[in-house]
Amino acid sequence: MTDTLTHLQRLEAESIHIMREAVAESERPVMLYSIGKDSSVMLHLARKAFFPALPPFPLLHVDTTWKFKQMYEFRDKTAAELGIDLLVHQNPECVELGINPFTHGSATHTDMWKTQGLKQALDMHRFDLAFGGARRDEEKSRAKERVFSLRSAQHRWDPKQQRPELWRTYNVRRNPGETMRVFPLSNWTELDVWQYIHLEEIPIVPLYFGAPRPVVERDGALIMVDDDRLPLFDGEEPQLRSVRFRTLGCYPLSGAVESTADTLTAVIQEMLLTTTSERQGRVIDHDSAGSMEKKKQEGYF
Amino acid sequence: MTVPSRLIAEDIESYLNVHQHKSLLRFITCGSVDDGKSTLIGRLLYESHLVFEDHLEALEADSKTGTQGGELDFALLVDGLAAEREQGITIDVAYRFFSTEKRKFIVADTPGHEQYTRNMVTGASTAEAAVILIDARKGVLTQTRRHSYLVSLLGIGKIVVAVNKLDLVGYSRDVFDTIEAEYRDFAAQIGLTDIVCIPMSALRGDNITEPSQNTPWYHGPTLLGYLETVPVGQHAKDGPFRMPVQWVNRPGHDFRGFSGVVVGGRVRPGDRVRVVPSGQQSTVVRVVTMDDDLDEAVAEQSVTLTLADEIDVSRGDVLCAADSPAGSADQFEAHVVWMAENEMMPGRPYLLKLGARTVPVSLSRPKYRVDVNTLEHAAATTLALNEIGVCNLNLDRPIAFDPYAENRDMGGFVLIDRLTNATVGAGMLHFALRRSQNVHWQAIDVDKAAQAELKGHRPCVVWFTGLSGAGKSSIANLVEKRLHALGAHTTLLDGDNVRHGLNKDLGFTEADRVENIRRVGEVSRLMVNAGLVVLVSFISPFRSERRMARDMVDEGEFVEVFVDTPLDVAEQRDVKGLYRKARRGELTNFTGIDSPYEAPENPEIRIDTTVTVPEAAAEEIVNRLRDLGVLR
Repeated sequence: MTDTLTHLQRLEAESIHIMREAVAESERPVMLYSIGKDSSVMLHLARKAFFPALPPFPLLHVDTTWKFKQMYEFRDKTAAELGIDLLVHQNPECVELGINPFTHGSATHTDMWKTQGLKQALDMHRFDLAFGGARRDEEKSRAKERVFSLRSAQHRWDPKQQRPELWRTYNVRRNPGETMRVFPLSNWTELDVWQYIHLEEIPIVPLYFGAPRPVVERDGALIMVDDDRLPLFDGEEPQLRSVRFRTLGCYPLSGAVESTADTLTAVIQEMLLTTTSERQGRVIDHDSAGSMEKKKQEGYF
Repeated sequence: MTVPSRLIAEDIESYLNVHQHKSLLRFITCGSVDDGKSTLIGRLLYESHLVFEDHLEALEADSKTGTQGGELDFALLVDGLAAEREQGITIDVAYRFFSTEKRKFIVADTPGHEQYTRNMVTGASTAEAAVILIDARKGVLTQTRRHSYLVSLLGIGKIVVAVNKLDLVGYSRDVFDTIEAEYRDFAAQIGLTDIVCIPMSALRGDNITEPSQNTPWYHGPTLLGYLETVPVGQHAKDGPFRMPVQWVNRPGHDFRGFSGVVVGGRVRPGDRVRVVPSGQQSTVVRVVTMDDDLDEAVAEQSVTLTLADEIDVSRGDVLCAADSPAGSADQFEAHVVWMAENEMMPGRPYLLKLGARTVPVSLSRPKYRVDVNTLEHAAATTLALNEIGVCNLNLDRPIAFDPYAENRDMGGFVLIDRLTNATVGAGMLHFALRRSQNVHWQAIDVDKAAQAELKGHRPCVVWFTGLSGAGKSSIANLVEKRLHALGAHTTLLDGDNVRHGLNKDLGFTEADRVENIRRVGEVSRLMVNAGLVVLVSFISPFRSERRMARDMVDEGEFVEVFVDTPLDVAEQRDVKGLYRKARRGELTNFTGIDSPYEAPENPEIRIDTTVTVPEAAAEEIVNRLRDLGVLR
């Protein structure tokens, strides 16, 4: 043990502290699991925080039915291997109405499946605290959010009612009905996450690595044809191109980047040399100005 | 191509290896926008290659029309992000991230205005170093003093004084020397000693990363040079071992570990530890992590310890070095920074969270308030938003602590409102008050149970609350007559009567009304201990204080009676003529007129006086007391 901790060691210790604090002061905690790289890191940290016990909460995947096939495989394998309870919630209204990004648009699709679905799941299981993997460097409205973020009984976020956070003393108290969203990775950057995955050999979905995949080019984005639900427009012919994903969401809404980076170091190298930001490939962030902030106030993560 | 990007392109493994072994420095920047803070932060982001190409192109275009005559205006980088503030959201502190080849940085970027004292304090609470900007043309200003005081108050030891905009005074050594001398003189008065003064121009890049040729007379470090090498994590590491227990880990019968962050010193297997406040001792067996057991854990690490003995340890206890344990006390003196719109109420019960322990606390009237501009001590009866004062704290049980100056984690606390659960203040413990060690609870043999036995009924407080003129006293009076006739031993405390004696020194300000109720609550408690049924007839307009009075007696001994009379009805009755006076402006702080009344949410008994006459109300209350088992 050297005398000065590295920045990753300090970030790790801080995240573990946050998780233990959150669990100690809540009745029914849950960890939101989106199957992405941040979720993978968060889950790994949770295992460390409560070792040798298993994390004392289930994982919750708010499913849209439109994730990549490989994501579902990875999700089920991860939960089974680690022996952690996995809850999957699909908004029954969306299932019934067949909500999808094509006929209903990305905004409705996201709101109905994810925002409303999340609120349903939290209410249904009476969870009073939910971990999320958001980072402050990711998006402007996230940069403004506290580590412990209070939500009203209607799941609304009020940026003006945020509590000051001093030292490592977090005020987790809530009135009945109010819930907390807790972001243990607040102070991590994208590079920290990749570096930590590298260092700790944390498994991630293979879609993050470059490989030949069938894609169509649509509105300047490369959309992967993950199954036959993707309607092809006239003249669109899926092409096999070497691509990978910087962030993962619903497959029709996640733009791929051309890449042959098939190792973790190559991926990190590419990330460091890129000149565009991480969320650039996400269709939902571009719906309207300040859209993420609005979504968050309405209860999106 | 710069050096790091060449390394990324050619030898990513080496780059990652370097990155992995970087240390982390959290620092705070202070100074108003005019001092060049945005430019400085923009420059630091730029120098650490965190600016994406598209942003840089935009910057170049913007700068052409900007105030800097076509040179890159780095302030635009930060101000561009800060435009989010225009959405009307108060961001009290923004955290920005950058890294160099040696170190990673988290900057707490706090607005400099006076009304943001709480933001400065929030940002400074996690910082190990502070960069205080001074405009070379203006020298040491009130604002410089205020920021330095706050930085010193929060215990940040490492100070960089960035004498900025030196280009605008011709890189004058005299100007720099004068400012440095004046600053050091001031800093010594507030106990700041570890200071580096750097002459710079954030705009032109002088002494930011490279020594400037414009200041050949300066031989100290550059700003980044200093930030990259200033020692981190030393503060807590040198002290004795401390670990507040956050979580007791019991996956099964064969493992019982205590989890937490080491916030002071270091710990190894075999070390003797003492649990504070209980005082029990044991020996550390293992330092458990998922990767492997450790030979040693140091400050800042999150670990799980197992002990040799089955002693009682729970969340909130602190594991300490056995030979130099933390103190344990229930009364303290502390600096308090008030962070809420509602002013601090001396005597009102709040919650104090220190480490993993949350306990009820009340604060004394401030001994003094600090004027953050002049640093003078002023008399104060309360603390308003952004004010700092020194108060005594009274906890309802002892907790483990160290003075803040010795260990931030063991002496820094937040204050929480008991009703809204908002964080309303923060503070730093100085020392335990000696009286908390010298005044002990005297055990009395003839206790409440013995008294009740003799009286033939259970003691309790029947607390009548409602507007002036609601009918509290009339009903209370009837209730007492009935109880007396039933052979119960009673007493009646009436608001007006108590103000003639015990509380005649109190006025009607919010703070005085809190104290009024506190004293009456204490008297009620003593009388409950004497076995009486205590009838209290007080407007008692605030929920917090009624809650405080309720908490002073045991569960089931407090019966809240809400004498519910609408304001217009009470005002019509106006038995004492007070409403008329208040309406004429001859009475201030009158409940219902210019002072709020917070109706009970869940009273044990609610009397609607618009439909219930006092006799029926009294009957109902006596019946309820019978149901509650007060009367036998």
